[in-house]
Amino acid sequence: MQKLLLLGDEAIAQGAIDAGLSGIYAYPGTPSTEITEYVMHSKEAKSGKVVASWGANEKTAMEAALGMSYAGKRAMVCMKHVGLNVAADAFVNSAITGANGGLIVVAADDPSMHSSQNEQDSRFYGKFALIPILEPGNQQEAYDMVHYGFDLSEKNGIPVMLRITTRLAHSRSGVALKESRTQNEIRLPENLRQFILLPANARRQYKHLLTNQAAFISASETSPFNKLTDHKDKSIGIIACGLAYNYLVENFAGHEVPHPVLRIGQYPLPEKMVRDLYDSCDSLLVLEDGYPIAEELIRGFMNNGKPVKGRLDGTVPRDGELNPNIVARALGLADTRGRDIPAIVSSRPPSLCKGCPHIYSYNALNEALASLSKGRVFSDIGCYTLGALEPFDAINSCVDMGASITMAKGAADAGLVPAVAVIGDSTFTHSGMTGLLDAVISKSPITVMILDNATTAMTGGQNSAAVGKIEDICLAIGVEKEHIRILNPLQKHHEENLRIMMEEIAYPGVSVVIPRRECIQTAARRLREEKKKQETSKAQA
Amino acid sequence: MKKDIILAGVGGQGILSIAATIGTAALSTGLFLKQAEVHGMSQRGGDVQSNLRISDREIASDLIPQGKADMIISVEPMESLRYLPMLSPEGWLVTNTKPYINIRNYPEMDKLMAEIEAQPRHIALDADEIARQMGSPKSANMVILGAASPFLDIEYASLQDAIRSLFRKKGEDVIQVNLDALEAGRGFTTDKLNNRA
Repeated sequence: MQKLLLLGDEAIAQGAIDAGLSGIYAYPGTPSTEITEYVMHSKEAKSGKVVASWGANEKTAMEAALGMSYAGKRAMVCMKHVGLNVAADAFVNSAITGANGGLIVVAADDPSMHSSQNEQDSRFYGKFALIPILEPGNQQEAYDMVHYGFDLSEKNGIPVMLRITTRLAHSRSGVALKESRTQNEIRLPENLRQFILLPANARRQYKHLLTNQAAFISASETSPFNKLTDHKDKSIGIIACGLAYNYLVENFAGHEVPHPVLRIGQYPLPEKMVRDLYDSCDSLLVLEDGYPIAEELIRGFMNNGKPVKGRLDGTVPRDGELNPNIVARALGLADTRGRDIPAIVSSRPPSLCKGCPHIYSYNALNEALASLSKGRVFSDIGCYTLGALEPFDAINSCVDMGASITMAKGAADAGLVPAVAVIGDSTFTHSGMTGLLDAVISKSPITVMILDNATTAMTGGQNSAAVGKIEDICLAIGVEKEHIRILNPLQKHHEENLRIMMEEIAYPGVSVVIPRRECIQTAARRLREEKKKQETSKAQA
Repeated sequence: MKKDIILAGVGGQGILSIAATIGTAALSTGLFLKQAEVHGMSQRGGDVQSNLRISDREIASDLIPQGKADMIISVEPMESLRYLPMLSPEGWLVTNTKPYINIRNYPEMDKLMAEIEAQPRHIALDADEIARQMGSPKSANMVILGAASPFLDIEYASLQDAIRSLFRKKGEDVIQVNLDALEAGRGFTTDKLNNRA
């Protein structure tokens, strides 16, 4: 059978389409973005009328997916790990309501923080919500686990988490496809009170979830994705979760691993399998990408059993992504690292594109604030976070989606006046609007710069929910009309932009400045597509 | 057969077109492939790399073990050196010499070239200049791929077919320009190897 060469993300998307998906919801976030984009571009999904849409944020996406599951159809929601923080309220409660149609929550973690603020491990969220977690070790498993996960979800009436990491999300390999199956018909829950989490119902539902834990563990014991392989050298037994298994195998290229190995792809951890491995070996080594969640569980608080090695005792570094060399060192094998990087090689951080509108916004802002002490610009998450780097050195914070406005408010409350917030259009509608309302209600002396490039630029230019709505939103929230100012961030308007910024920064209430110009990446793409269309219509004429 | 390749460059230089060509050629000959890419923030003018692994046996890790790469193929000279810890002692360094300068502290060219020349097995060529002389400045990446092709253990005809298939929609002229660029790069390396021998 012909295999398709797919990214891990794409394998999940194709797996969902083939497993009878009816709706996929997401907010863009590296490394999860390509899952939803793939479904959006899929002809099969289009002909099957699969709904594929960007939500305003991860919480709205999670809730829409839960609604589709309520109606009996299969739904998927995708987000990066920190997006799950935003969706957490809906996510944790979805474990209490349970699922009706199959529901898979894809959480894409980013160990080593390639494109993120932290490297939190979503498996903790899955465990916290008491639901099964699937963790693929390769692209084929990513594909297969979607089909399996929907079945697991529907059989147990529970949302299932699919946890991946950047390395799998953005690595390609051949994937063999299954036959596709049809979507579910609409079928509401038998008990129409199942999703009403009033205390009396919620207690009942929660007990049901607790009762189901034994079934989840037993599903892990018999899962095709958990496999215990016995081998001669029992001085150490190895537990390898997800991708860690590949790095282990890589170190014995062409030969079998000489130790007993328990490969984990489904959680909760299969207790009996772990016990069997523990009993048969002198010590354990736990290899997992992310936090030491399996290691902590096995080691326990008293830590008075056989030695358990991993991230907690320093056998494996406490932070960062695993790789074959880290695993080699953990096994006491020779490290094959090559020559050092020559000293003349400079670091090359990412930078704003040539002609990017943010460049001119930051140039004007820096000048507008030049007469004041430094340290009063609170920023947010997007391309404009690169304003932290040279030559701009223009911002002082980047914490979570929307935090610019509320941190500026808090700092102004503390007496840091004026304080400035810098936030992008898509981040503003994701999580900035509620903070702006707080500031308006408190009449905070802050200036909010909403950098409007009409797209979600950092993740590759997805549609922004804010397009065409920003002034109306600000007005409706209560920002005064004369303190909502629009600029065109171009060098030729610099003097005018500077004057407007200085006026609004001087205003002792909430003001909003909107530098507005299309992202040059999406503009270039749009022009290319328009040109192509013109050429095709010319050719047809 | 196993080839582990680090592709290096700066975000926006299009190293993935090289990866796609090698990948298409490898798959057409029935080889296994894994290719780890960089998406997201680094694509904005930062350093980017891709781990491309080809083998006639199933491949375990998406990442190449450090010190085991058979080749570094770089479209930018300074970036070629960033991945030396990945290169095997017997590995080849194939790099463009045309610098991409978007940072203030870019090293002096003669020092940079001295580091590249100090690598025991290296091919260094100004692919941009070769492509420009051929009248197709956009095909510098195919010149680099051509220069790396003698070390790939993939039939040259398979690479040519891959270019034909990847550029099919763009028309015969574009296909030919890229085939010529591939040939020019290959010629550079075979000349160098012949002179050495």
